[in-house]
Amino acid sequence: MAKLNVNGKRFEVNVGGNTPLLWVLREQLGLTGTKYGCGIAQCGACSVHINGEVERSCAIPLSSVQATDQITTIEGLSLAGDHPVQKAWLALDVPQCGYCQSGQIMAAAALLKKMPKPTDDDIDAAMTNVCRCGTYQRIRAAVHQAAGSANGNKT
Amino acid sequence: MTVTMTTATSISRRRFLISTTAAGGGLALGFYASGFASARAEKTVAAEGNEVGAWVVIKPNDDVVIRIARSEMGQGTLTGLAQLVAEELECDWKKVTTEYPSPEQNLARKRVWGDMSTGGSRGIRGSQEYVRKGGAVAREMLIEAAAKQWNVPTAECKAEASIITHVPSGRTTSYGKVASAAAQLQPPTDVKLKDPKDWKIIGKPLSRLDTADKLTGKQVYAIDVKLPDMLYASIMDAPVFGAKVKSYDEAKARAMPGVRHIVKVGETAVAVVAEGWWQANEALKALDITWEQGANDQVSSDSIFAFLQDGLEAKEGVFIGNKAGDAPQAIANAAKKLEAVYFAPFENHFTMEPMNCTARVTADRCEVWGATQNAEGGLAAAAEAAGLSPSQCEFHKHHLGGGFGRRGRQDYTTKAVLIAKQIPGVPIKLIWSREEDMRQCTYRPVGLCKLSAGLDEKGELVGLRMRIAAPSILASAAPNRLDKDGRDSAAFQGLNPGGAEGRPGYAIANLLIEHAIRNTHVPVGFWRGVNTNQNAIWLESFIDEISHAAGKDPLEFRRKLLANSPRHLAVLDAVADRIGWNTAPSPGLHRGIAQFMGYGSYCAGAAEVAVSERGKLKIHRLVIAIDCGYAVNPQQVAMQTEGSIAFGLSAMLYQECTVKDGRMVQENLDSYPMMLMEDYPRVEAIVMPSGDFWGGVGEPTISVAAPAVLNAVFAATGKRVRTLPLKNTKLI
Repeated sequence: MAKLNVNGKRFEVNVGGNTPLLWVLREQLGLTGTKYGCGIAQCGACSVHINGEVERSCAIPLSSVQATDQITTIEGLSLAGDHPVQKAWLALDVPQCGYCQSGQIMAAAALLKKMPKPTDDDIDAAMTNVCRCGTYQRIRAAVHQAAGSANGNKT
Repeated sequence: MTVTMTTATSISRRRFLISTTAAGGGLALGFYASGFASARAEKTVAAEGNEVGAWVVIKPNDDVVIRIARSEMGQGTLTGLAQLVAEELECDWKKVTTEYPSPEQNLARKRVWGDMSTGGSRGIRGSQEYVRKGGAVAREMLIEAAAKQWNVPTAECKAEASIITHVPSGRTTSYGKVASAAAQLQPPTDVKLKDPKDWKIIGKPLSRLDTADKLTGKQVYAIDVKLPDMLYASIMDAPVFGAKVKSYDEAKARAMPGVRHIVKVGETAVAVVAEGWWQANEALKALDITWEQGANDQVSSDSIFAFLQDGLEAKEGVFIGNKAGDAPQAIANAAKKLEAVYFAPFENHFTMEPMNCTARVTADRCEVWGATQNAEGGLAAAAEAAGLSPSQCEFHKHHLGGGFGRRGRQDYTTKAVLIAKQIPGVPIKLIWSREEDMRQCTYRPVGLCKLSAGLDEKGELVGLRMRIAAPSILASAAPNRLDKDGRDSAAFQGLNPGGAEGRPGYAIANLLIEHAIRNTHVPVGFWRGVNTNQNAIWLESFIDEISHAAGKDPLEFRRKLLANSPRHLAVLDAVADRIGWNTAPSPGLHRGIAQFMGYGSYCAGAAEVAVSERGKLKIHRLVIAIDCGYAVNPQQVAMQTEGSIAFGLSAMLYQECTVKDGRMVQENLDSYPMMLMEDYPRVEAIVMPSGDFWGGVGEPTISVAAPAVLNAVFAATGKRVRTLPLKNTKLI
């Protein structure tokens, strides 16, 4: 039995320790907002926060996660889908197919926590998630917009 | 090498008649299947509310549910189609939601919702008239119901924002209040559509209807489906397409945790079914599957290249796409001659959501949860694989995590059903690993193109010839759509002399465009923009070469040839003006320009790039213009334009699927990289609908980004990149 703390709730799961966190979240806990894209930690669709850091859950074995680690998935980013990043994404109608957007939003939220006013270069360096629909331009604009509202500045 | 049929679902002609979809790929059922129980035919889609005509359900609280027959895969067609219905319905847009009718209901109701296939940028242009009529029919029925209740002539009533008003008396009622009565009325057979100048919802940059759940993880894609007692499957099919399974070692896999079943799927594939997908996939790797050897084991990218080269000079198996005058003679007699050969590789769609499907099969039922660009094709594939009639099957359609042409094929649905059939009654979720997804694609075709041109003493173009040597998509995906003589009309996308889909627009007195079909064992299929990608790169790069050889400005050279093609010229001028073609770029920046027509829309692109002293390319800016006739939602058109650039440039810059020992080499992002945020340029989309026609949107703009950039690379370096992807060329 492995113990997990996800979105502020405690869980016990009975699955092999080498199972990637992604599949535990999706299949054991039913949190399917976190997506499988490449399985080699390159596309970022599986991004979650672990103790505030954005991590790619497809490459994290369950055995490396401690019961005290605070894991946040897209479902736990905000109570009502009203995190500043989600609000900016909605205002700018960012998603197309939407499949990568959980990961994009988690990456953006982690970036803004560290760097409340990122420049374009900061965003380029931090946001390395793949979007096959090509929503990059609107993602960048939405990160800037969220940065404004996070600081109370209407942009 | 010979034409090798691919893994496309073969549908039994005993049960179905197959009709073709225009350019979208995949098979559709041409006629509704017999044997549907009438009770099922009467089943309505919405849980509550009244169906007023086939396209609209009105709930008592005035909520409006609009039926969307096509698939939403990111292209925004769901919102656009809803706008078309809502415009004529005269409903309150704020109350609109949507739902997918199922393919089995469509069949049972004699295809009341028309074609469900979604491809070829046809979602809106292919159904705009009948869905608008669907909205108008519902409006007329609602007005009639109100007029009857008031006992007044319908002509004295009007509808606006879901409110019906009896004009002389000022009495009002709402759609929700009369919907029940309206649902009982006979739908009018003749309705008049609005004049476009009166549109209030069509043409507005409204927000998408499908955004909110994509921001919170609530959106359920097919891969997210949860069912009681569900098991998970991972599959490996023959890496050399079509090879039969020779052996595999079950013992080690059976002993691995969570493994429940190991099953053969057809003659070429093996799947492991386990309590979790990762467990299934780990056990699959332990099977050590081997396949029978065959001639295709020897195929490589080099052997394919040689095969294509043969096609550049061949006299047989060559088909004409466009011919005017006598190009070979004109070029032979020309004062100045040019010749160049271009190459484009196989490409993968790499939808972010890998191929997947969940199926539950019993002796007399088959239920499928999937994502497809063709719900009827998916239903047909499920029925065929289950050995049941479609009336015994249900297809639950989900939004697609990307389609790009890949999900026009139903092979993943077939495989899920073939697995589930062996474990009756248990829902099986089949997910292809990314590696499997990349090995078992229907690839955008590889191709070579030899171009030659002749100029007279004044530098005027007197003849142009293009010889394409490439596999035929139709031969692989839909052989019944080949011309009678075997010609593949899809190969000439954008190069045809006329027709609504696309033509080069250039006035060239002597022109010859040919396609030598060279099919390999690698299955090919539709891809975003399909052949417009290569055709535009080849033609628009070479037009640039000709303009430089003629000593003329690439813009002015094109403008002169387009003098009688005003819409081609208009988009070209728009991007030239916006990028400032007639002013010098900032130091270090260089420009390129291109125009191309596809999917019924006129497109042009202008690029600004820099190439560093070390030969590193940076694309700074792209201006892309599109005239799609009517732009149902200009914001969505702009978003599709922006997005298509990333898709087209990823391929042009970085991506290639190569072949070694008969197998596809690239299996994941480490060898098949995508354009990321840092490489994505500033993109300015100019949406300039000129009206009076309906052009496609999802794909056409993809064609112009790559040649505009390649022409700018030439301006920067003097180097003409003719072999793609560009990463294989040293720019400095």
